[in-house]
Amino acid sequence: MPSNLSERAIKAKRQDKTATVIISVIVGFIILLLAAIIIYILAKGIGKAVDPSFLTSNPQQFKEGGGIGPELFNSFYLLVITLIISFPLSLGAAIFLAEYAPANAVTSGIKTAIEVLSSLPSIVVGLFAFLLFVIQMGWGFSIASGALALTVFNIPLLVRTIQQALESVPAHQRDAGLAMGLTRWETTIHIILPTAMPAIVTGLILSAGRVFGEAAALIYSAGQSAPALDFTNFDLSSASCPWNIWRPAETLAVHIWKINSEGVVPDLEAVSDGTAAVLIICVLAFNLLARFLGKRLGKKLTAE
Amino acid sequence: MQTAKFQSSNDAGVLSANQGSVSGNAVASSTGPSGLPEATKQLAKSQLERVGKYITGFCAALVVLVVVSLIFLVAQHGLSTFFVDGINPIAFFTGDTWNPHNTGADGMPLVGALPMIVGSFSVTLLSCVIVIPFALGAAIFAVEINPTLGSKILRPALELLTGIPSVVFGLIGLMVLVPWVRSWAGGTGYGILAGSLVLAVMVLPTVTSLAIDALESVPATYRQSSYALGATRWQTIWHIVLRAALPGLLTAIVLGMARAFGEALAVQMVIGNAAIIPSSLTTPAATLTSILTMSMGNEAMGTVYNDVLWSLALVLLVMSLVFILIVHLIGRKSVSNNAQ
Repeated sequence: MPSNLSERAIKAKRQDKTATVIISVIVGFIILLLAAIIIYILAKGIGKAVDPSFLTSNPQQFKEGGGIGPELFNSFYLLVITLIISFPLSLGAAIFLAEYAPANAVTSGIKTAIEVLSSLPSIVVGLFAFLLFVIQMGWGFSIASGALALTVFNIPLLVRTIQQALESVPAHQRDAGLAMGLTRWETTIHIILPTAMPAIVTGLILSAGRVFGEAAALIYSAGQSAPALDFTNFDLSSASCPWNIWRPAETLAVHIWKINSEGVVPDLEAVSDGTAAVLIICVLAFNLLARFLGKRLGKKLTAE
Repeated sequence: MQTAKFQSSNDAGVLSANQGSVSGNAVASSTGPSGLPEATKQLAKSQLERVGKYITGFCAALVVLVVVSLIFLVAQHGLSTFFVDGINPIAFFTGDTWNPHNTGADGMPLVGALPMIVGSFSVTLLSCVIVIPFALGAAIFAVEINPTLGSKILRPALELLTGIPSVVFGLIGLMVLVPWVRSWAGGTGYGILAGSLVLAVMVLPTVTSLAIDALESVPATYRQSSYALGATRWQTIWHIVLRAALPGLLTAIVLGMARAFGEALAVQMVIGNAAIIPSSLTTPAATLTSILTMSMGNEAMGTVYNDVLWSLALVLLVMSLVFILIVHLIGRKSVSNNAQ
């Protein structure tokens, strides 16, 4: 029955068009939603976020006009310390998995462990750090505890990105190195790592963005208080010394959470909007930097 | 591939060890062109190789140690509720009253965790139901309909969305979603619905990018065969691509659920934190994570209240292990299906 067949073909075509329209609408909605979220945060908080006194003054607990000076510094300081600990560790583990690991039960155990770590809720990681570093080690709420919590939080992501970067280096480059009489280690250091560097740098910066915004792992490790900082103080045991890693250090993300859950700051909305805008600007900057550096390094590598 | 790597690394090790020992006998006689004894160089090389292997192996071992000690510590504290404080696990999992400072009729503290367990599962399932059409639509768009726009606009947008900190989502939920829910549902606006909506936006990038991977892994020949039979694009997507990618899509959803289940602060900010079994989607409720976030800092270590909080953390931990297990089972099943 040709008429029936053509009817079915027409119906199929109509369905095809409808589905395409619906899917395009969904995608349009997602893009709009993202734009709305970012514009909303920036529009509400930009006034505060570009105000130097907000960015440098101390937070207030019961008065209006508090700033986020210590929180801003703490966020970056914690990030740097976290990366100093987690990058070499993840790099080592990733090199082991990508270059050395034999295909046996031990290796699959390591892979499973990393997978488990990556799916653990960050609050559980924070509580583990609370138990081990804050209480058992007796470090209290401190930058040291917080940085280690963030390290545990950051390791699985970083190991996976670095491992993927190493494994995506073509096998013939590895073989060439080995054939030249280089040992596996020399091949890794002189051939594999430089080739994988753009992807590693991109992954590192993206993970930095994630660490920068993390709060749940920090509320019980780096703590929820930000002592006023004195940048002329270099006494590493003093709570007001910015570089002291044994002082509690509330970050920007924790600050937003804390003032909203306590709800005692009178200009709560203005302060949290401003802080959120600063946070989003930093995250956007990390994202752009990752793209830019990744492209730049990639170009440099292929041009040479 | 893995075995080949192993063998070649082993061979390299044997080779350099042999060279080391052979030239080790002839240290005095042979001197390299650079003036350095050739043997010392070889020895240093094989030593360096060993050092490199040990250092990287140590890093990997350290990661494993962290995971094992994390599970051990949380389990130790979480289980002491039942083994030290003598609380009946059945009372913990099925009790609907959460008030650990008071004791019930049986003289035991009221530590029913059912409200939080119900709350956690409700927000997880509801956010998943909300996110599936969006994630699937976006993935189909990026792989099947317009890969150019997909990689130029959609993927960067999703990456950006992943980067937005969870407290910022919580804040937006608090300032926009909660008042919106309040305006039409009455009450406070806090509850499962607000929590699920926030979570849906948060897990969207995770689920979408995994779904994209799943669709991309469907061989192009499947699509070509379908088109050759005269199928439209939508027929191809619906009957061929989605079915072939089903295990991958399920994995994407399960991993999204794992993330939703464990998310703490964003949910805590909008769910209302009332540890009662929710009667509707728009009344205040609580999740495992929200109660943990709120209470852990207030209770001294070693008290029953504190132990019970660790039990909640243990439930979270075990659930995330269960999610991984499900992902592995899906993977294994799809492998055996393909083999048939």
